[in-house]
Amino acid sequence: MLQPLLTKNFHYGHPATLEEYEASGGYDGLRAALTMTPDEVIKAVIDSGLRGRGGAGFPTGKKWSLTDRKNPGPRYFLVNADEMEPGTFKDRFLMERDPHQVIEGLLISGYATDAAKGYIFIRCEYAEAARALNRAIEEAGSAGFIGSNILGSGFSMEISVHRSAGRYECGEETALMNALEGKRANPRSKPPYPASEGFRMRPTTINNAETVANIPHIIKMGGSAWKSLAAYEGGAGTKLYGVSGRVKKPGLFELPTGTPLREIIETHGGGMRDGYFFKACLPGGASTPLLAPEHMDVRMDFDAVSKIGSRMGTGCVTVLDNTCCIVRAMINNLLFFTRESCGWCTPCRDGLPFVYNILQRIEAGVAEMDELDALEENCETIYPNSFCAFAPGAVDPVRSMMRLFRDEVEAHIKLKRCPCPS
Amino acid sequence: MSIIANNIFSQRMPSKQGNMLSDNRIKELREYVASLERPEEALVDLMREAQEAYGYLSDEAAEKVAEIAQVPVIKVDELATFYSLIFRRPVGRKVIFVCDSISCWVMGMENLFERLKARLGIDIGETTADGAFTLLPICCLGACHVAPAMLVGEKLYGNLTPEMIDEILEKERV
Repeated sequence: MLQPLLTKNFHYGHPATLEEYEASGGYDGLRAALTMTPDEVIKAVIDSGLRGRGGAGFPTGKKWSLTDRKNPGPRYFLVNADEMEPGTFKDRFLMERDPHQVIEGLLISGYATDAAKGYIFIRCEYAEAARALNRAIEEAGSAGFIGSNILGSGFSMEISVHRSAGRYECGEETALMNALEGKRANPRSKPPYPASEGFRMRPTTINNAETVANIPHIIKMGGSAWKSLAAYEGGAGTKLYGVSGRVKKPGLFELPTGTPLREIIETHGGGMRDGYFFKACLPGGASTPLLAPEHMDVRMDFDAVSKIGSRMGTGCVTVLDNTCCIVRAMINNLLFFTRESCGWCTPCRDGLPFVYNILQRIEAGVAEMDELDALEENCETIYPNSFCAFAPGAVDPVRSMMRLFRDEVEAHIKLKRCPCPS
Repeated sequence: MSIIANNIFSQRMPSKQGNMLSDNRIKELREYVASLERPEEALVDLMREAQEAYGYLSDEAAEKVAEIAQVPVIKVDELATFYSLIFRRPVGRKVIFVCDSISCWVMGMENLFERLKARLGIDIGETTADGAFTLLPICCLGACHVAPAMLVGEKLYGNLTPEMIDEILEKERV
């Protein structure tokens, strides 16, 4: 049985206080890191094999090593806690149950990348998490963990929480930097990359809240010991996996990285509720392509899920059961993406409503068979031609529907109605 | 179902307004902004505070924010019309945000909307006659383990059934 790391203070049911956090070994990671050089900290994170938990899976240590530390600065470290990927509820738990863990992670990350200031960018709706973080920042500041000359190390860092005001696009890293600067959250073109010119055009490193929360444990255990916690050789550490939909025990579980999808759903999620069976799932948010029953034994890790044509994404699984029409599920998804498009580029702004409308016609039973070609063509055009990863994430599940559930889609057209129970 | 905008309230509609920021608070905010290297970085916080005071970001509130931050009012409007949770037209005293993303859809959020519409006597995007509630859809609230879920103001409710709606409305009505 795995010793919980990220979730070890979740049992309190309230945001762990500084005292509770320290009783569980809290801030020992920071103490240890401050006796190391920044390069040694980066090396430990490279050794750990930690990959970005926001969904893209970029190696964290590598990202840090790209930060321009020769630039006179100031440098910034941003925590992306703008969790808005439908089906995802992991960062909320981290911030509401153990806010100090995120703060300690941010401090060590800031030390490694020589950042003078850290921001936690949080979505507007997470008011409780924002309050928990602000209280924790105050506590940590009084205890000398934040501010100038932290624990007498000569390292100084300030931390603020920025509460946003809606809009999924804010989670795109360069859009987030624009939002933080008081501009519209439209993505920026790269290069320049944030590592050299990011927030305020200064060197900036940005990681997801779960990524950052792992850092204290990596430093305390050592990179390779943390890495070996994974479920298989080559995997790295533990991961927060979520399950929602018609399962018996929907929830969030900390498991070895690479735990099979079947175990996540059937053992930890309790399996399907009586009378329902598994039809498909979005393995890690609304932008990850569908998986079907034949994929149940996939290891939930970035490479393994990519190999079967999807993405692990955030690792929070949304289960679609036998009562869910796959076309209606995709309409729901496209409604989200169409509304949240920031409007910056044409394929996303104008292309997604087009895809949405074809899906509506299919569901209503008025589409002709050749509209399926138009649907696919549009997805293929939008995918490579949009400005950021938003629109590819919007059409990818639709493409997977056409691969895996074409019969059900065609049945709508042949029957001139939805074949599923309403 | 047509595309229901969740940000229709970020588009301006002029109307009368009630309260406002106190002179004392405006002075404090001016001092705070003056201490910043880049005042425009405070705009989201200022808009939210003005919205809380005025009920929504009225023209007067937007002008006040611009004045405090020392930026042109068009800059404030540029942001206000972007963010879905900054309201440029009046809303009820509490906004009910029902999550309509995928996990809540699986768990029957459509029934919640039906119940809310029937009990409140309004459609999505409308405000009750007594000004108590506005009903809006919202994207995933990160509460999928307790789907279907909704926010009333800042309070999260999960594991909802249509039957629970009546009790919640009674409790939240002010």
